[in-house]
Amino acid sequence: MIDGISIFEILTVTSILFFIGIYGFITRSNLISVLISIELVMNASVVNFVVINKYLYPEMLQGVIFAIFIIAVTAAETALAVSIIINLYRQISSVEVKETETMKY
Amino acid sequence: MERIIFYIIAFIIIAFAVASVSSRKMLRSVIYLLFVLCGIAGIYFLIDYNFLAAIQLTVYAGGIVVLVIFSVVLIHHIGMELEVAKIPKQLLTAALCLLGLSVFLVTIYSQDFLVIENRITTTTADIGERLLSYDAGGFILPFEVISVLLLAVLIGAIVIAKGNKLENENKETT
Repeated sequence: MIDGISIFEILTVTSILFFIGIYGFITRSNLISVLISIELVMNASVVNFVVINKYLYPEMLQGVIFAIFIIAVTAAETALAVSIIINLYRQISSVEVKETETMKY
Repeated sequence: MERIIFYIIAFIIIAFAVASVSSRKMLRSVIYLLFVLCGIAGIYFLIDYNFLAAIQLTVYAGGIVVLVIFSVVLIHHIGMELEVAKIPKQLLTAALCLLGLSVFLVTIYSQDFLVIENRITTTTADIGERLLSYDAGGFILPFEVISVLLLAVLIGAIVIAKGNKLENENKETT
């Protein structure tokens, strides 16, 4: 644990990061920007897992292992999202959320 | 000393996160995201999870950011400016986010956490043994499921990204 830093301060930072991600998710109108906002939200939750593991249950490793799984799933999700976005750009020449009206492939 | 470093890292994370969701240039937005991810790796280093920090740097900063940069460069013209949401929508969203944030903070600060003072350093061997153990509290099953997921995503991404071409070839052969 970090000397002189309580768990509250770290949780405050991650909460702020989470809501910045939510704000970006709602206001941006570009698919890649939405993807970046999702990354921010995911990272905030991963830091929460790790910090609670370290401060409350230091002899357990559950939080760290869940963090590793979340990172793996996020990497997979990003790869899939990027391939979908590139395919969408080939079909309709745009990646704006507004112009994505149909899921038909 | 560590206190000051933590505050600097927290400031970097929040400042660059705000810049990342409000920048109008796509590529800059991704680069700001890179700084946020490096700051989070710094937090992992501070609380002594070196393996996790290394994963964060290689998978996120090395893998995901490069992937997103590639898609940005393939799709956008570099100088193109993004359109921004209307001002009332931005204000409404910001107000809602502040409301949610205050709910979060009130809940967090009213909770008394049973913090255990400790200086345990976790080695990579501990994590690996826990990840691959069959005993109670082991994580071998999710580990295997993740490998299946990665294979499925690999095939799915190739099929989706090359979709048109594959279909045409099928038509030619039949």
